[in-house]
Amino acid sequence: MTVFAPLIRWLDERLDLDGLIAPFKHKTVPTHRLSYWYFFGGITLFLFIIQVLTGILLLLYYRPGANEAYESVQYIVTRVQFGWLIRSIHAWAANLMIFTAFVHMFSVLFLKAYRKPRELTWVSGVILLYLVMGFGFSGYLLPWNTLAFFATKVGTEMAGQVPLIGRPMMIFLRGGPEVTGATLTRFFGFHVAVLPGLVTVLIAVHLFFVQRQGMSVPPKLEAQWTANPSARREMKFFPNFLLRELMAWYVAMGVLGALAAIFPWNLGVKADPFVSAPAGIKPEWYFLFMFQTLKLIPSKVWFVDGEVLGILGCSLAGLLWLLLPFFESDRPERTKTWITGLSIFALVYVVGMSVYGFLAQ
Amino acid sequence: MCADQGPQPETSRRRAIEIFLGGGLLASLASFLYPVLRYFVPPAVIDLGGDEVVAAKVGDLTANSGKIFRFGSRPGLLILGSDGAYRALSATCTHLACTVQYRPDLREIWCACHNGIYDLNGRNVSGPPPRPLTVFDVHLRGDEIVVSRKREA
Repeated sequence: MTVFAPLIRWLDERLDLDGLIAPFKHKTVPTHRLSYWYFFGGITLFLFIIQVLTGILLLLYYRPGANEAYESVQYIVTRVQFGWLIRSIHAWAANLMIFTAFVHMFSVLFLKAYRKPRELTWVSGVILLYLVMGFGFSGYLLPWNTLAFFATKVGTEMAGQVPLIGRPMMIFLRGGPEVTGATLTRFFGFHVAVLPGLVTVLIAVHLFFVQRQGMSVPPKLEAQWTANPSARREMKFFPNFLLRELMAWYVAMGVLGALAAIFPWNLGVKADPFVSAPAGIKPEWYFLFMFQTLKLIPSKVWFVDGEVLGILGCSLAGLLWLLLPFFESDRPERTKTWITGLSIFALVYVVGMSVYGFLAQ
Repeated sequence: MCADQGPQPETSRRRAIEIFLGGGLLASLASFLYPVLRYFVPPAVIDLGGDEVVAAKVGDLTANSGKIFRFGSRPGLLILGSDGAYRALSATCTHLACTVQYRPDLREIWCACHNGIYDLNGRNVSGPPPRPLTVFDVHLRGDEIVVSRKREA
């Protein structure tokens, strides 16, 4: 640190660094046996940063377009030095990021951190989760391989099932009535320009809320601490919690590096719009629970198409999920237990359906 | 180390931890940066052009005209002079690498970017070009005009 001391002093004289970090010095993080769950939001952020960096690296060689995309990814993983590693890290970090985002969401749910005054933090977080899944969906198509081609065909076809707005929405997503090179161009634009912009802004908003309101404490513990203030345990955010968080990032980095190096991501076979879909084709694991749900709905329910019903049902569930905190009681001592019940059900449902979808032929 | 110098073992221990931690962090940083730096370097492009190319067919050019052809990954200039002789040269200007052209009115090779002029033998005669253009060998094989690099004797 001594090397940087003069530089830091120089900056401090001009920018008042102490004043800048003062709020962080006052910030504390509650310490209790469930504090570990606080790390997952940060790890998700860390993986997002990795995605931005490796994504920029991939842009050095990737070429969007039906005739070039597959070949350029092939070039990256076979000819460019360490290209396979960069791509593998990008693919693995994407999956890990969605996983940690889910873990973060369920931890917030079970620790009841979404309650007043943190409703907007929850809403911004759930929108972020949906956007991140959009990242997954759009990025999946970019190598232009068979699996991606059919996943996109099915995914956009599903959007097309929505009454009234479905078809225009599908044509907007595909850039035409079919999945073609035009779809690839659009998805590329969404993936590298639209989504990163939205997500960056929303992450800033999300973090601002967390910063303003401080960390939530589970209701039981909160009641105990209010009754007996001397029982309250906290640690300083800076540097105590931050260093622990960095340690968690380092572990995440290790897991990511090991997965990426030991199990390099497959490229598959180049997409051909005029071949049949391969047998046993499935979406990525994070869409599997929805995929399996749709598979189980009969083709006609009363007079409504099963597909339409399933998609409307999923959309409605997604919307209600977003608004979940507003069903919670305003009074901290009277938390609604049915929300915890619903959360457990949601977790079991998502995990169960994913496993079922994974095992089903 | 003397026993009466109390704080010293403590600071040296702290120093050792700092060195290990800092060294470890630097080592991991280096292991992240090394692949990235290597990744930045594009793989060498294999020049499939070889040393020889069919630049045109006999009859493609009228007398006193020129034509740009592909020689490997770079452009070449084939000229049919008013004397009826074929000449082939590199079309990359030696000044700032623009692609030159044949000017039938001047009977010279002209670079439009900075008004550089070469004669038909590729010698830089006026303007900014510092060196002559590389001259290639031309020979006919049937009705094909074949251009090849001059072999060093």
